[in-house]
Amino acid sequence: MAVLVVADSDNTHLRDNTNKTVTAALAISSDVDVLVLGQGADAVAAAAGKIDGVRKVILAEGPDLGHGIAEAEADVIVGLMGGYDAVLVPATSAGKNFAPRVAAALDVAPISEIIEVVDANTFVRPIYAGNALETVQSSDAKKVITVRPTAFKAAGEGGSASVEKISGGTAAKTHFVSEEMVKSDRPELTAAKIVVSGGRAMGSAEEFHRVIEPLADKLGAAVGASRAAVDAGYAPNDYQVGQTGKVVAPGLYIAIGISGAIQHLAGMKDSKVIVAINKDADAPIFQVADFGLVADYKAAVPELMDALTAAGL
Amino acid sequence: MKVLVPVKRVIDYNVKARVKPDQTGVDLANVKMSMNPFCEIAVEEAVRLKEKGVATEVVIVSIGPIQAQETIRTALAMGGDRGILIQTDIDPEPLAVAKMLKAVAANEAADLVLMGKQAIDGDNNAVGQMLSALLGWPQATFASKIEIAGSKATVTREVDGGLQVLDVDLPAVITADLRLNEPRYASLPNIMKAKKKEIAIKTADDYGVDIAPRLKVIKVTEPAKRTAGIKVETAADLVSKLKEAGVL
Ligand SMILES: Cc1cc2nc3c(=O)[nH]c(=O)nc-3n(C[C@H](O)[C@H](O)[C@H](O)COP(=O)(O)OP(=O)(O)OC[C@H]3O[C@@H](n4cnc5c(N)ncnc54)[C@H](O)[C@@H]3O)c2cc1C
Ligand SMILES: Nc1ncnc2c1ncn2[C@@H]1O[C@H](COP(=O)(O)O)[C@@H](O)[C@H]1O
Repeated sequence: MAVLVVADSDNTHLRDNTNKTVTAALAISSDVDVLVLGQGADAVAAAAGKIDGVRKVILAEGPDLGHGIAEAEADVIVGLMGGYDAVLVPATSAGKNFAPRVAAALDVAPISEIIEVVDANTFVRPIYAGNALETVQSSDAKKVITVRPTAFKAAGEGGSASVEKISGGTAAKTHFVSEEMVKSDRPELTAAKIVVSGGRAMGSAEEFHRVIEPLADKLGAAVGASRAAVDAGYAPNDYQVGQTGKVVAPGLYIAIGISGAIQHLAGMKDSKVIVAINKDADAPIFQVADFGLVADYKAAVPELMDALTAAGL
Repeated sequence: MKVLVPVKRVIDYNVKARVKPDQTGVDLANVKMSMNPFCEIAVEEAVRLKEKGVATEVVIVSIGPIQAQETIRTALAMGGDRGILIQTDIDPEPLAVAKMLKAVAANEAADLVLMGKQAIDGDNNAVGQMLSALLGWPQATFASKIEIAGSKATVTREVDGGLQVLDVDLPAVITADLRLNEPRYASLPNIMKAKKKEIAIKTADDYGVDIAPRLKVIKVTEPAKRTAGIKVETAADLVSKLKEAGVL
């Protein structure tokens, strides 16, 4: 029973969502190969070869793969599935975009965002914004699974798997036009050890920058936001934490001026330590916070900055 | 241009789902049900296309219990032209839904399927992509902006890291993200008008689709509960607690 893991990368860097997905794959089989989809992604393939437990790396390249065009990505995977019993894909926006296509092409039921491998056919996944956990058993001959990376430990890096190159597919009816990526020197949201998130209380983009970012920078943290803050344009869309945004599970999550709606909690309630700063003592966020500070953020955040400085941070 | 909008009837997004004590599923008895919020956004976008003169007809389709007619009515009150209910008492898996929608899209000769990116009950985020693959039509998921010109759609997509713009040839499948638009509330006259609009009732057999589930649900359980911690008085207290907890 061999398993294919599709790497998460941006053509130049391998993201550790890949290592986490390899861990999930190794719970199914010891024969795990990694597929890198991209363009000019040799460095990514080399990095994937170093992940512990990986048998072989397949590097598929082509312009449409470099732009993450789902039709082309799915074609490559479907072409390889003759040799695999399962494909595991990190549940990123890219993975969610192509994985269901693979399932449709293979006529199997996709299994979305697993958080646990019970056995080779049985998996646990959150449903209803994480308010319920569903254990499902698949009897499909081939399995197409997306994996919630935060639920798995990253596989280590001591391997030396070889890289095999194949040429990638193209998509005839989908054309890449442009992309606009948020540039940031901060750690990536889903991989960061500390996340500082701001909510609607910020009231403006300027205030969001003024309050949330210096605190994040002081802590070496990534920045997140509630949907309300994103919808209002205080923060870019890819900062959204929640049921329909990103799922994070850092060591420390600091929610500032966020009420704690079900949909927001779905994206952060597996953080190790949660801090909430909110002026409303009854805000639902306090029901999940380890440490709650009932205060106006306008006073509390500067005080927190000072206290961190005083503590030598 | 004919637009098909699949809508799902789900637990209202304001209601917290409760797991049944016998672990067979989530308790939906006497729970408020509504249109999946992402489907509402898709309906709104389709209606705007019609108002702009781009779409000629907006057909609403739902697969679900007889009560899903109410969900279709809501979409008709927002401006949809007519509805199709494929009645079933099981909650069909994405593969079965995609197969039924494929049949409807073909029957209707739709030029565009506009749908939600995710149903907030199963949180699968799969049907649109599967439908696109089955139809052999291009896909543009997680749309925050759609512009139709001639035989193509230019779609801005919300992706990890930022935004991506794609051109897709029509016919195509587009799935809506939260920022695409803000759905309208139906006005009373439009709710009244919607009562007279046609809803055809079909079954999976009419489309020759096998909807038997592929996945066996072994159990549905409650996640580990997080308990509320403590309130701290000052920022300085907070920092010392965080140091003790070893997270700074
Ligand atoms: C389909 C769907 C999907 C969704 N997906 C997501 C998702 O992925 N992520 C997400 O976050 N949300 C999501 N939502 C939205 C969610 O339901 C909430 O509306 C949203 O999380 C609220 O954001 P908020 O907490 O910033 O705003 P609010 O709920 O308005 O809370 C603002 C908080 O700030 C506090 N506050 C105000 N002023 C101050 C001050 N000066 N100092 C301190 N505190 C202050 C208030 O007491 C309040 O608690 C989704 C909703 C739907 C329908
Ligand atoms: N039973 C259904 N009836 C109609 N449309 C559905 C159904 N299930 C899913 N969909 C559509 O597929 C989208 C994505 O759902 P899912 O892939 O299940 O998360 C939804 O927003 C709907 O547009």
